[in-house]
Amino acid sequence: MPSAIEAIEALATGFATTFKHLFRRPITEPYPEYKRPLPERSRARIVLTRDPDGQERCVACYLCSAVCPVSCISMQSVEREDGRRYAAWFRINFARCIYCGLCEEACPTAAIQLTPDFEHCERDILKMVAEKDDLLVDHCGKDTAYNFYKYAGVSTDVGDKGTHVKEDKPVNVKSNMP
Amino acid sequence: MTVLLGFLVLFAKLAVVLGVLLFLAAYLVWVERRFLGRLQVRLGPNRVGLFGLLQPLADAIKLITKEDTVPAEADRFIFLLAPAVVAVTALLMFAVVPFGPDITLGGHAIPMVISDINIGLLFVFALSSLGIYGVALGGWASNSKFSLLGGIRGAAQMISYELALGLSLVPIVMLARSFSLVDIVNAQSRIPFIVAQPVSFVIFLLSAMAESKRIPFDLPEAENELGAGFHTEYSGMRFGLFFIGEYVHMQVLGALIAVFFLGGWHGPFLPPAVWLLIKIILVALVMIWVRGTLPRLRYDQLMALGWKVLVPAALVNILVTGVLLV
Repeated sequence: MPSAIEAIEALATGFATTFKHLFRRPITEPYPEYKRPLPERSRARIVLTRDPDGQERCVACYLCSAVCPVSCISMQSVEREDGRRYAAWFRINFARCIYCGLCEEACPTAAIQLTPDFEHCERDILKMVAEKDDLLVDHCGKDTAYNFYKYAGVSTDVGDKGTHVKEDKPVNVKSNMP
Repeated sequence: MTVLLGFLVLFAKLAVVLGVLLFLAAYLVWVERRFLGRLQVRLGPNRVGLFGLLQPLADAIKLITKEDTVPAEADRFIFLLAPAVVAVTALLMFAVVPFGPDITLGGHAIPMVISDINIGLLFVFALSSLGIYGVALGGWASNSKFSLLGGIRGAAQMISYELALGLSLVPIVMLARSFSLVDIVNAQSRIPFIVAQPVSFVIFLLSAMAESKRIPFDLPEAENELGAGFHTEYSGMRFGLFFIGEYVHMQVLGALIAVFFLGGWHGPFLPPAVWLLIKIILVALVMIWVRGTLPRLRYDQLMALGWKVLVPAALVNILVTGVLLV
Protein backbone atom coordinates (compact mmCIF):
# COMPACT_ATOMS: atom_id res chain seq x y z
CA MET A 1 0.00 0.00 0.00
CA PRO A 2 2.76 2.55 0.81
CA SER A 3 4.12 2.01 -2.69
CA ALA A 4 0.75 2.92 -4.16
CA ILE A 5 0.69 6.15 -2.16
CA GLU A 6 4.22 6.90 -3.30
CA ALA A 7 3.22 6.30 -6.90
CA ILE A 8 0.26 8.64 -6.60
CA GLU A 9 2.48 11.25 -4.97
CA ALA A 10 5.01 10.93 -7.75
CA LEU A 11 2.29 11.28 -10.37
CA ALA A 12 0.89 14.36 -8.66
CA THR A 13 4.32 16.02 -8.53
CA GLY A 14 4.85 15.29 -12.20
CA PHE A 15 1.53 16.76 -13.22
CA ALA A 16 2.05 19.78 -10.99
CA THR A 17 5.45 20.42 -12.55
CA THR A 18 4.19 20.34 -16.11
CA PHE A 19 1.21 22.48 -15.11
CA LYS A 20 3.53 25.09 -13.62
CA HIS A 21 5.50 25.10 -16.86
CA LEU A 22 2.36 26.31 -18.63
CA PHE A 23 2.78 29.68 -16.98
CA ARG A 24 6.50 30.01 -17.54
CA ARG A 25 7.87 32.07 -20.38
CA PRO A 26 8.93 29.78 -23.22
CA ILE A 27 12.68 29.68 -23.54
CA THR A 28 12.45 29.60 -27.34
CA GLU A 29 14.32 32.38 -29.14
CA PRO A 30 12.31 33.02 -32.33
CA TYR A 31 15.12 33.27 -34.85
CA PRO A 32 14.62 35.99 -37.44
CA GLU A 33 13.07 38.34 -34.85
CA TYR A 34 15.68 37.70 -32.21
CA LYS A 35 19.25 37.04 -33.24
CA ARG A 36 21.39 35.63 -30.52
CA PRO A 37 24.68 37.56 -30.29
CA LEU A 38 27.35 35.28 -31.69
CA PRO A 39 30.77 34.75 -30.15
CA GLU A 40 33.38 36.91 -31.85
CA ARG A 41 35.31 33.91 -33.05
CA SER A 42 32.42 31.81 -34.30
CA ARG A 43 33.18 30.51 -37.78
CA ALA A 44 31.03 31.18 -40.80
CA ARG A 45 31.39 33.01 -44.12
CA ILE A 46 34.98 33.25 -45.38
CA VAL A 47 36.52 36.56 -46.47
CA LEU A 48 39.84 37.60 -48.03
CA THR A 49 41.33 40.48 -46.05
CA ARG A 50 43.78 43.22 -47.06
CA ASP A 51 46.93 44.32 -45.32
CA PRO A 52 47.11 47.72 -43.54
CA ASP A 53 48.25 49.41 -46.77
CA GLY A 54 45.12 48.24 -48.57
CA GLN A 55 46.85 45.64 -50.73
CA GLU A 56 45.57 42.11 -51.10
CA ARG A 57 47.10 39.83 -48.50
CA CYS A 58 46.57 36.58 -50.40
CA VAL A 59 49.73 35.38 -52.11
CA ALA A 60 47.99 32.41 -53.76
CA CYS A 61 50.19 29.81 -52.09
CA TYR A 62 47.48 27.10 -52.38
CA LEU A 63 47.91 26.09 -48.73
CA CYS A 64 44.27 26.72 -47.90
CA SER A 65 43.12 24.83 -50.94
CA ALA A 66 45.45 21.95 -50.02
CA VAL A 67 44.32 21.73 -46.41
CA CYS A 68 40.62 22.06 -47.18
CA PRO A 69 39.03 18.71 -46.22
CA VAL A 70 36.18 19.13 -48.70
CA SER A 71 38.22 20.75 -51.49
CA CYS A 72 36.01 23.78 -51.78
CA ILE A 73 38.77 26.35 -52.43
CA SER A 74 40.42 26.80 -55.79
CA MET A 75 42.57 29.58 -57.30
CA GLN A 76 45.16 30.47 -59.93
CA SER A 77 48.41 32.01 -58.78
CA VAL A 78 50.24 34.72 -60.78
CA GLU A 79 53.10 37.13 -60.07
CA ARG A 80 52.97 40.88 -60.40
CA GLU A 81 55.84 42.82 -61.98
CA ASP A 82 56.91 44.25 -58.63
CA GLY A 83 57.38 40.75 -57.21
CA ARG A 84 54.10 40.40 -55.31
CA ARG A 85 52.17 37.23 -55.92
CA TYR A 86 48.39 37.19 -56.01
CA ALA A 87 45.45 35.05 -57.12
CA ALA A 88 44.25 35.72 -60.65
CA TRP A 89 40.98 34.17 -59.60
CA PHE A 90 39.92 32.76 -56.26
CA ARG A 91 36.83 30.67 -55.77
CA ILE A 92 35.16 29.20 -52.67
CA ASN A 93 32.20 26.87 -53.05
CA PHE A 94 30.19 27.66 -49.93
CA ALA A 95 27.74 24.93 -50.81
CA ARG A 96 30.51 22.51 -49.98
CA CYS A 97 32.36 24.41 -47.24
CA ILE A 98 32.07 22.93 -43.75
CA TYR A 99 33.38 26.04 -41.98
CA CYS A 100 36.09 24.06 -40.20
CA GLY A 101 38.54 26.97 -40.20
CA LEU A 102 41.52 24.90 -41.36
CA CYS A 103 42.15 27.32 -44.25
CA GLU A 104 42.46 30.19 -41.81
CA GLU A 105 44.93 28.20 -39.72
CA ALA A 106 46.98 27.24 -42.76
CA CYS A 107 47.16 30.74 -44.22
CA PRO A 108 50.69 32.18 -43.84
CA THR A 109 49.59 35.73 -44.60
CA ALA A 110 46.38 35.95 -42.50
CA ALA A 111 44.54 36.64 -45.74
CA ILE A 112 41.77 34.10 -45.53
CA GLN A 113 39.60 34.52 -42.43
CA LEU A 114 36.27 33.25 -41.18
CA THR A 115 33.63 35.72 -39.99
CA PRO A 116 30.57 35.15 -37.78
CA ASP A 117 28.23 36.05 -40.66
CA PHE A 118 26.34 32.81 -41.31
CA GLU A 119 23.18 34.00 -43.07
CA HIS A 120 23.95 33.38 -46.70
CA CYS A 121 21.72 30.54 -47.82
CA GLU A 122 20.39 30.47 -51.38
CA ARG A 123 17.70 28.54 -53.23
CA ASP A 124 19.98 28.06 -56.23
CA ILE A 125 23.03 26.12 -55.17
CA LEU A 126 25.24 27.68 -57.85
CA LYS A 127 24.73 31.06 -56.21
CA MET A 128 26.65 29.72 -53.24
CA VAL A 129 29.87 29.76 -55.27
CA ALA A 130 31.77 32.91 -54.30
CA GLU A 131 34.35 34.53 -56.59
CA LYS A 132 37.25 36.72 -55.54
CA ASP A 133 35.17 39.90 -55.87
CA ASP A 134 32.60 38.51 -53.43
CA LEU A 135 35.28 37.44 -50.97
CA LEU A 136 37.58 40.48 -50.87
CA VAL A 137 36.89 42.94 -48.07
CA ASP A 138 38.28 46.38 -47.33
CA HIS A 139 39.71 45.73 -43.90
CA CYS A 140 42.37 43.71 -42.10
CA GLY A 141 40.06 41.37 -40.26
CA LYS A 142 41.31 39.95 -36.97
CA ASP A 143 44.99 40.95 -37.38
CA THR A 144 45.09 44.72 -37.95
CA ALA A 145 48.86 45.14 -38.22
CA TYR A 146 50.25 42.18 -40.10
CA ASN A 147 51.79 42.74 -43.51
CA PHE A 148 53.34 39.59 -44.94
CA TYR A 149 55.79 41.33 -47.28
CA LYS A 150 57.36 43.22 -44.36
CA TYR A 151 58.65 39.86 -43.07
CA ALA A 152 59.10 37.87 -46.26
CA GLY A 153 62.64 37.74 -47.63
CA VAL A 154 61.72 38.66 -51.19
CA SER A 155 62.10 41.96 -52.91
CA THR A 156 58.82 43.65 -53.71
CA ASP A 157 57.43 47.17 -53.64
CA VAL A 158 57.44 46.90 -49.83
CA GLY A 159 61.21 46.53 -49.61
CA ASP A 160 64.33 44.98 -51.03
CA LYS A 161 66.28 42.10 -49.53
CA GLY A 162 67.78 43.08 -46.21
CA THR A 163 65.21 45.76 -45.43
CA HIS A 164 62.58 43.51 -43.84
CA VAL A 165 61.81 43.15 -40.16
CA LYS A 166 64.44 41.09 -38.27
CA GLU A 167 66.40 40.51 -41.47
CA ASP A 168 70.17 40.91 -41.83
CA LYS A 169 71.74 42.59 -44.83
CA PRO A 170 72.48 40.12 -47.59
CA VAL A 171 76.06 38.92 -47.47
CA ASN A 172 78.45 38.57 -50.37
CA VAL A 173 79.14 34.85 -50.28
CA LYS A 174 82.41 35.31 -52.13
CA SER A 175 83.87 37.66 -49.49
CA ASN A 176 82.55 35.63 -46.58
CA MET A 177 85.57 33.34 -46.31
CA PRO A 178 86.63 32.23 -42.83
CA MET B 1 -42.03 12.99 -49.19
CA THR B 2 -41.38 12.34 -45.50
CA VAL B 3 -38.86 9.65 -46.35
CA LEU B 4 -37.06 12.03 -48.70
CA LEU B 5 -37.04 14.73 -46.05
CA GLY B 6 -35.73 12.23 -43.52
CA PHE B 7 -32.84 11.37 -45.82
CA LEU B 8 -32.15 15.05 -46.36
CA VAL B 9 -31.99 15.69 -42.62
CA LEU B 10 -29.80 12.62 -42.14
CA PHE B 11 -27.36 13.75 -44.81
CA ALA B 12 -27.29 17.25 -43.35
CA LYS B 13 -26.46 15.79 -39.95
CA LEU B 14 -23.82 13.52 -41.47
CA ALA B 15 -22.23 16.41 -43.30
CA VAL B 16 -22.13 18.62 -40.22
CA VAL B 17 -20.76 15.90 -37.95
CA LEU B 18 -18.15 14.79 -40.48
CA GLY B 19 -17.10 18.37 -41.13
CA VAL B 20 -16.83 19.22 -37.46
CA LEU B 21 -14.97 16.00 -36.68
CA LEU B 22 -12.38 16.43 -39.42
CA PHE B 23 -11.98 20.14 -38.77
CA LEU B 24 -11.54 19.47 -35.09
CA ALA B 25 -9.09 16.65 -35.82
CA ALA B 26 -6.94 19.04 -37.82
CA TYR B 27 -7.06 21.71 -35.15
CA LEU B 28 -6.58 19.23 -32.34
CA VAL B 29 -3.19 18.55 -33.90
CA TRP B 30 -2.47 22.26 -33.75
CA VAL B 31 -3.76 22.50 -30.17
CA GLU B 32 -1.69 19.50 -29.18
CA ARG B 33 1.49 20.90 -30.68
CA ARG B 34 1.01 24.35 -29.16
CA PHE B 35 -0.15 23.11 -25.76
CA LEU B 36 2.53 20.46 -25.56
CA GLY B 37 5.05 23.11 -26.52
CA ARG B 38 3.96 25.32 -23.67
CA LEU B 39 4.07 22.37 -21.26
CA GLN B 40 7.67 21.86 -22.32
CA VAL B 41 8.47 25.59 -22.05
CA ARG B 42 8.73 26.13 -25.80
CA LEU B 43 6.51 27.92 -28.29
CA GLY B 44 5.24 25.28 -30.70
CA PRO B 45 4.39 26.01 -34.33
CA ASN B 46 3.67 29.74 -34.71
CA ARG B 47 4.85 30.59 -38.23
CA VAL B 48 2.04 29.74 -40.63
CA GLY B 49 -0.66 32.35 -40.17
CA LEU B 50 -1.60 34.05 -36.91
CA PHE B 51 -0.39 31.90 -33.97
CA GLY B 52 0.35 29.18 -36.53
CA LEU B 53 -3.36 28.70 -37.09
CA LEU B 54 -2.87 27.75 -40.74
CA GLN B 55 -0.40 25.01 -39.80
CA PRO B 56 -2.95 22.17 -40.27
CA LEU B 57 -3.60 23.48 -43.79
CA ALA B 58 0.11 23.56 -44.57
CA ASP B 59 0.49 20.05 -43.16
CA ALA B 60 -2.41 18.81 -45.29
CA ILE B 61 -0.90 20.31 -48.44
CA LYS B 62 2.43 18.73 -47.61
CA LEU B 63 0.92 15.32 -46.92
CA ILE B 64 -1.17 15.32 -50.08
CA THR B 65 1.69 16.36 -52.35
CA LYS B 66 4.08 13.75 -50.95
CA GLU B 67 4.79 10.59 -52.86
CA ASP B 68 2.62 7.65 -51.84
CA THR B 69 5.12 4.83 -51.50
CA VAL B 70 4.47 1.13 -51.04
CA PRO B 71 7.44 -0.94 -49.87
CA ALA B 72 8.67 -3.79 -52.04
CA GLU B 73 7.26 -7.18 -50.99
CA ALA B 74 4.49 -5.49 -49.03
CA ASP B 75 1.02 -6.99 -49.18
CA ARG B 76 -0.25 -4.24 -51.45
CA PHE B 77 -3.99 -4.53 -50.98
CA ILE B 78 -3.94 -4.75 -47.19
CA PHE B 79 -1.22 -2.14 -46.96
CA LEU B 80 -3.33 0.34 -48.88
CA LEU B 81 -6.51 -0.57 -47.00
CA ALA B 82 -5.21 -0.42 -43.41
CA PRO B 83 -5.11 3.39 -42.92
CA ALA B 84 -8.68 3.66 -44.16
CA VAL B 85 -9.80 1.04 -41.63
CA VAL B 86 -8.32 3.08 -38.79
CA ALA B 87 -9.84 6.36 -39.96
CA VAL B 88 -13.25 4.93 -40.88
CA THR B 89 -13.80 3.00 -37.65
CA ALA B 90 -12.87 6.07 -35.65
CA LEU B 91 -15.31 8.20 -37.64
CA LEU B 92 -18.11 5.61 -37.49
CA MET B 93 -17.96 5.48 -33.71
CA PHE B 94 -19.30 8.99 -33.57
CA ALA B 95 -22.54 7.87 -35.22
CA VAL B 96 -24.11 6.87 -31.89
CA VAL B 97 -22.96 9.86 -29.84
CA PRO B 98 -25.90 12.17 -29.07
CA PHE B 99 -25.09 15.87 -29.28
CA GLY B 100 -28.33 17.37 -28.04
CA PRO B 101 -31.99 16.76 -27.16
CA ASP B 102 -34.51 16.19 -29.96
CA ILE B 103 -35.48 19.34 -31.76
CA THR B 104 -38.82 19.87 -33.49
CA LEU B 105 -38.73 21.14 -37.05
CA GLY B 106 -41.99 21.54 -38.97
CA GLY B 107 -43.86 19.16 -36.70
CA HIS B 108 -41.24 16.40 -36.89
CA ALA B 109 -39.00 15.54 -33.97
CA ILE B 110 -35.42 15.36 -35.20
CA PRO B 111 -33.11 13.39 -32.92
CA MET B 112 -29.75 15.10 -32.45
CA VAL B 113 -27.83 11.91 -33.03
CA ILE B 114 -26.99 10.26 -36.31
CA SER B 115 -28.29 6.88 -35.25
CA ASP B 116 -29.83 5.97 -31.91
CA ILE B 117 -29.30 2.20 -31.94
CA ASN B 118 -30.42 0.44 -28.80
CA ILE B 119 -27.07 -1.35 -28.46
CA GLY B 120 -25.02 1.80 -29.10
CA LEU B 121 -22.49 0.94 -26.45
CA LEU B 122 -21.79 -2.46 -27.99
CA PHE B 123 -21.52 -0.80 -31.40
CA VAL B 124 -18.79 1.45 -30.02
CA PHE B 125 -16.89 -1.51 -28.60
CA ALA B 126 -17.23 -3.45 -31.82
CA LEU B 127 -15.82 -0.59 -33.84
CA SER B 128 -12.97 0.16 -31.47
CA SER B 129 -11.99 -3.50 -31.67
CA LEU B 130 -12.21 -3.37 -35.46
CA GLY B 131 -9.98 -0.33 -35.53
CA ILE B 132 -7.13 -2.41 -34.23
CA TYR B 133 -7.27 -4.44 -37.44
CA GLY B 134 -6.01 -1.36 -39.24
CA VAL B 135 -3.06 -1.17 -36.90
CA ALA B 136 -2.24 -4.88 -36.81
CA LEU B 137 -2.74 -5.50 -40.52
CA GLY B 138 -1.00 -2.29 -41.52
CA GLY B 139 1.99 -3.34 -39.44
CA TRP B 140 1.95 -6.83 -40.85
CA ALA B 141 1.45 -5.81 -44.48
CA SER B 142 4.35 -3.35 -44.41
CA ASN B 143 6.86 -6.21 -44.52
CA SER B 144 9.12 -4.44 -42.04
CA LYS B 145 10.17 -5.83 -38.69
CA PHE B 146 9.51 -2.59 -36.85
CA SER B 147 6.03 -2.30 -38.29
CA LEU B 148 5.28 -5.92 -37.52
CA LEU B 149 6.39 -5.48 -33.91
CA GLY B 150 4.28 -2.36 -33.66
CA GLY B 151 1.26 -4.16 -35.07
CA ILE B 152 1.69 -7.10 -32.70
CA ARG B 153 2.05 -4.76 -29.76
CA GLY B 154 -1.05 -2.93 -30.86
CA ALA B 155 -3.05 -6.14 -30.99
CA ALA B 156 -1.81 -7.37 -27.61
CA GLN B 157 -2.43 -4.00 -26.02
CA MET B 158 -5.96 -3.83 -27.37
CA ILE B 159 -6.82 -7.27 -26.03
CA SER B 160 -5.75 -6.38 -22.53
CA TYR B 161 -7.48 -3.01 -22.56
CA GLU B 162 -10.67 -3.84 -24.38
CA LEU B 163 -11.66 -6.03 -21.44
CA ALA B 164 -11.17 -3.34 -18.81
CA LEU B 165 -12.82 -0.82 -21.11
CA GLY B 166 -15.91 -2.98 -21.47
CA LEU B 167 -16.10 -4.00 -17.82
CA SER B 168 -15.72 -0.43 -16.60
CA LEU B 169 -18.92 0.50 -18.42
CA VAL B 170 -21.06 -2.32 -17.04
CA PRO B 171 -21.94 -0.28 -13.90
CA ILE B 172 -22.96 2.60 -16.17
CA VAL B 173 -25.29 0.32 -18.07
CA MET B 174 -26.63 -0.99 -14.75
CA LEU B 175 -27.36 2.55 -13.59
CA ALA B 176 -28.84 3.76 -16.86
CA ARG B 177 -30.62 0.45 -17.57
CA SER B 178 -29.91 0.83 -21.27
CA PHE B 179 -27.21 0.24 -23.87
CA SER B 180 -28.33 3.25 -25.89
CA LEU B 181 -26.08 6.28 -25.57
CA VAL B 182 -29.08 8.57 -25.79
CA ASP B 183 -30.68 6.89 -22.76
CA ILE B 184 -27.38 6.95 -20.88
CA VAL B 185 -27.12 10.72 -21.40
CA ASN B 186 -30.76 11.20 -20.42
CA ALA B 187 -30.16 9.22 -17.22
CA GLN B 188 -27.58 11.81 -16.23
CA SER B 189 -29.88 14.80 -16.49
CA ARG B 190 -29.52 15.42 -12.76
CA ILE B 191 -26.04 14.30 -11.77
CA PRO B 192 -23.32 13.00 -14.07
CA PHE B 193 -22.20 9.42 -13.52
CA ILE B 194 -18.66 10.50 -12.56
CA VAL B 195 -20.06 11.27 -9.10
CA ALA B 196 -21.66 7.85 -8.73
CA GLN B 197 -18.88 5.89 -10.46
CA PRO B 198 -15.46 7.51 -9.89
CA VAL B 199 -13.67 4.12 -10.07
CA SER B 200 -15.31 3.33 -13.39
CA PHE B 201 -14.27 6.75 -14.64
CA VAL B 202 -10.60 6.22 -13.80
CA ILE B 203 -10.56 2.73 -15.34
CA PHE B 204 -12.31 3.96 -18.47
CA LEU B 205 -9.99 6.97 -18.81
CA LEU B 206 -6.88 4.78 -18.54
CA SER B 207 -8.22 2.18 -20.95
CA ALA B 208 -9.39 4.88 -23.32
CA MET B 209 -5.92 6.39 -23.43
CA ALA B 210 -4.46 2.96 -24.12
CA GLU B 211 -7.13 2.49 -26.76
CA SER B 212 -6.17 5.67 -28.57
CA LYS B 213 -2.47 4.63 -28.50
CA ARG B 214 -1.30 7.78 -26.81
CA ILE B 215 1.56 8.34 -24.41
CA PRO B 216 2.01 6.73 -21.88
CA PHE B 217 0.48 3.79 -23.77
CA ASP B 218 1.89 4.46 -27.24
CA LEU B 219 3.82 1.19 -27.44
CA PRO B 220 2.61 0.29 -30.96
CA GLU B 221 4.28 3.42 -32.33
CA ALA B 222 7.10 3.83 -29.80
CA GLU B 223 9.31 6.09 -31.86
CA ASN B 224 12.58 5.50 -30.10
CA GLU B 225 12.52 1.71 -30.21
CA LEU B 226 10.32 0.93 -33.23
CA GLY B 227 10.67 4.11 -35.27
CA ALA B 228 6.94 4.92 -35.45
CA GLY B 229 5.94 1.25 -35.25
CA PHE B 230 3.01 0.19 -37.38
CA HIS B 231 3.13 3.26 -39.63
CA THR B 232 6.88 3.32 -40.23
CA GLU B 233 6.46 2.48 -43.90
CA TYR B 234 3.56 4.79 -44.64
CA SER B 235 4.04 8.09 -46.40
CA GLY B 236 1.96 11.00 -47.56
CA MET B 237 -1.78 11.02 -47.03
CA ARG B 238 -1.90 7.36 -45.96
CA PHE B 239 0.19 8.31 -42.98
CA GLY B 240 -2.14 11.30 -42.72
CA LEU B 241 -5.11 8.93 -42.50
CA PHE B 242 -3.53 7.12 -39.56
CA PHE B 243 -2.98 10.51 -38.02
CA ILE B 244 -6.56 11.65 -38.64
CA GLY B 245 -7.75 8.33 -37.25
CA GLU B 246 -5.76 8.89 -34.08
CA TYR B 247 -7.10 12.38 -33.54
CA VAL B 248 -10.68 11.47 -34.41
CA HIS B 249 -10.25 8.62 -31.95
CA MET B 250 -9.17 11.15 -29.36
CA GLN B 251 -12.35 13.15 -29.98
CA VAL B 252 -14.54 10.07 -29.94
CA LEU B 253 -13.05 8.98 -26.65
CA GLY B 254 -13.55 12.49 -25.33
CA ALA B 255 -17.15 12.31 -26.48
CA LEU B 256 -17.60 8.86 -24.91
CA ILE B 257 -16.15 10.02 -21.61
CA ALA B 258 -18.50 12.99 -21.79
CA VAL B 259 -21.46 10.74 -22.61
CA PHE B 260 -20.77 8.06 -20.02
CA PHE B 261 -19.44 10.12 -17.13
CA LEU B 262 -19.74 13.87 -17.61
CA GLY B 263 -23.41 14.08 -18.50
CA GLY B 264 -23.07 14.27 -22.28
CA TRP B 265 -24.67 17.42 -23.66
CA HIS B 266 -26.24 18.39 -20.32
CA GLY B 267 -25.09 21.72 -18.96
CA PRO B 268 -26.42 25.12 -18.00
CA PHE B 269 -26.78 28.25 -20.19
CA LEU B 270 -24.95 27.12 -23.35
CA PRO B 271 -26.52 25.11 -26.19
CA PRO B 272 -26.19 21.30 -25.74
CA ALA B 273 -23.84 20.77 -28.71
CA VAL B 274 -21.49 23.42 -27.34
CA TRP B 275 -21.42 21.69 -23.98
CA LEU B 276 -20.50 18.41 -25.62
CA LEU B 277 -17.77 20.17 -27.60
CA ILE B 278 -16.40 21.81 -24.45
CA LYS B 279 -16.28 18.45 -22.68
CA ILE B 280 -14.57 16.78 -25.64
CA ILE B 281 -11.93 19.50 -25.78
CA LEU B 282 -11.45 19.36 -22.03
CA VAL B 283 -10.80 15.62 -22.17
CA ALA B 284 -8.43 16.15 -25.10
CA LEU B 285 -6.51 18.80 -23.16
CA VAL B 286 -6.16 16.46 -20.20
CA MET B 287 -4.87 13.77 -22.57
CA ILE B 288 -2.28 16.20 -23.92
CA TRP B 289 -1.32 17.15 -20.39
CA VAL B 290 -0.81 13.47 -19.62
CA ARG B 291 1.33 13.17 -22.74
CA GLY B 292 3.42 16.12 -21.60
CA THR B 293 4.00 14.59 -18.19
CA LEU B 294 4.33 10.82 -18.25
CA PRO B 295 6.98 8.65 -19.92
CA ARG B 296 6.04 5.61 -21.95
CA LEU B 297 5.34 2.48 -19.91
CA ARG B 298 7.39 -0.62 -20.46
CA TYR B 299 5.59 -3.45 -22.24
CA ASP B 300 5.29 -5.71 -19.19
CA GLN B 301 4.21 -2.80 -16.98
CA LEU B 302 1.44 -2.05 -19.44
CA MET B 303 0.26 -5.66 -19.46
CA ALA B 304 0.47 -5.87 -15.66
CA LEU B 305 -1.55 -2.69 -15.29
CA GLY B 306 -4.20 -3.97 -17.66
CA TRP B 307 -4.63 -7.52 -16.39
CA LYS B 308 -3.65 -7.25 -12.73
CA VAL B 309 -5.07 -3.89 -11.77
CA LEU B 310 -7.73 -2.59 -14.14
CA VAL B 311 -9.63 -5.81 -14.86
CA PRO B 312 -9.92 -6.92 -11.18
CA ALA B 313 -10.79 -3.38 -10.12
CA ALA B 314 -13.50 -3.22 -12.78
CA LEU B 315 -14.91 -6.60 -11.66
CA VAL B 316 -15.02 -5.55 -8.01
CA ASN B 317 -16.63 -2.30 -9.06
CA ILE B 318 -19.38 -4.20 -10.89
CA LEU B 319 -20.02 -6.37 -7.84
CA VAL B 320 -20.20 -3.41 -5.47
CA THR B 321 -22.49 -1.50 -7.80
CA GLY B 322 -24.72 -4.54 -8.14
CA VAL B 323 -24.98 -5.01 -4.38
CA LEU B 324 -25.73 -1.31 -3.83
CA LEU B 325 -28.37 -1.28 -6.55
CA VAL B 326 -30.13 -4.28 -5.10
